[in-house]
Amino acid sequence: MRPIIDVVISGWGSYIPIYRLPVEEVARIWGTSADHIKQELLIYEKSVAGIDEDVATIAVEAAKNSLKRSKINPNELGAVFVGTETKPYAVKPTGTIVAEAIGATPKILAADFEFACKAGTECLQCCIALVGSNMIKYGMAIGADVAEGAPADPLEYSAGSGGTAIIVGSKNYEKEPVALLEGSVSYVTDTPDFWRRPKESYPSHAEAFTGDPAYFRHTISAAKLLMEELGLRPSDFKYAIFHQPNGKFPLKAAKILGFTREQVEHGFIVPYIGNLYSGSSMTGFSAILDIAMPGDRILLVSYGSGAGSDAFSFIVQDGIITKRDNAPKVMDYIKKKRKIDYAIYCKIRGKI
Amino acid sequence: MSVPRYWRNIPQRVRMEALKCKSCGKIIYPPRAKCIYCGKNDFECYTIPEKGRLISFSIIRHPPIGFEHTTPYVVGIIEFENGLRISSQITDVDINELKIGMEVEQVFRKVSEDGKSGIIQYAIKFRPIFQNI
Repeated sequence: MRPIIDVVISGWGSYIPIYRLPVEEVARIWGTSADHIKQELLIYEKSVAGIDEDVATIAVEAAKNSLKRSKINPNELGAVFVGTETKPYAVKPTGTIVAEAIGATPKILAADFEFACKAGTECLQCCIALVGSNMIKYGMAIGADVAEGAPADPLEYSAGSGGTAIIVGSKNYEKEPVALLEGSVSYVTDTPDFWRRPKESYPSHAEAFTGDPAYFRHTISAAKLLMEELGLRPSDFKYAIFHQPNGKFPLKAAKILGFTREQVEHGFIVPYIGNLYSGSSMTGFSAILDIAMPGDRILLVSYGSGAGSDAFSFIVQDGIITKRDNAPKVMDYIKKKRKIDYAIYCKIRGKI
Repeated sequence: MSVPRYWRNIPQRVRMEALKCKSCGKIIYPPRAKCIYCGKNDFECYTIPEKGRLISFSIIRHPPIGFEHTTPYVVGIIEFENGLRISSQITDVDINELKIGMEVEQVFRKVSEDGKSGIIQYAIKFRPIFQNI
């Protein structure tokens, strides 16, 4: 898919809570082997939202960081979309909370999207469409979650908190573009690998079914389709980011497609903060924008259970240099951490 | 807090919008109908700076109703470069690392919830400065 008008990234920003729950702490409670979990999942600790944090607070902080880089007036935004599967309200948009907090109301489109872990890149697709059809000047796409797995479930080791906001605009308006969109694809099927029914606190999953028919089929197909449409090969990309539910899946998908470890390692953040669900691939992408140089080509592939993948190809532009240092980087957030034990985890996530 | 009151306070709680008196130049926060210094009512909007210094604090261990599960938490007075002082919760801070004079910055956080079915109230709090940018 290509928009009629060239669409560029104008700004980007992430936010990751300060608290970390090490794998050892969860293993201590349930009598499992931390070493085995680390080996299986390639996750060492996960980020945990504080007692006064939720998807709205994470989205607002990421949005503010993206505005610091974009330098646009919030009133120039025509849309704020929040992709998440952990909305603070079942009925009431998070998008309006974000839009109000950043001073973008009232002449703006605001909504929440849900597609498991790919809701954030769905927002990105829609913002690209609105900007690319000249309906709006700038659009903000946010992927954020305060993900939680049920106690003793394998997801309890990996489900993290955090998010990323990306502002896209028309190449005609944006004076300092960060990256130019080359094209995108979406690839979806009805595949019930992971779900959460209404009023349930924790998601359920179909164990090994989450692998080949779900994650790998969709990420690999979307990436292949995009490269076919654009006439590109893996070696044409400097960096590639795949959704990171654990450490093994994205590395395996990259290998199957023919990407090297060097192409994926800079956006490989799951070992240190866990799976950010809707924020996962977008925060990996944000980590790449924190270091990429003009001319670099970046592949972004999300995955959402249920199931589907969005794939995007961007070419980095000169504007990235002047904007990069205007907000904290993903690695700054990863490094600034405070370890907590399982009791504090239960307290701040409302489990006791 | 009632829903209408929370809604009315969104500009001052969420975007830190204060009033600057056009007559005496003083900043009024939270906003009032009349200037508390000169009594005039001709204002312009003033946004409180993102960064300030903690000049006093209390650690709350015996909280009011609605905050029982959040203890211990910190309430502090923050002073800005222009001399303005406001009170706010200080979050993301280890209470053993609290220091008078520490630099703090705004962060958007949840303040309280009206039970499981009521509204969630958000506001700006302050946290130890994350990074000097």
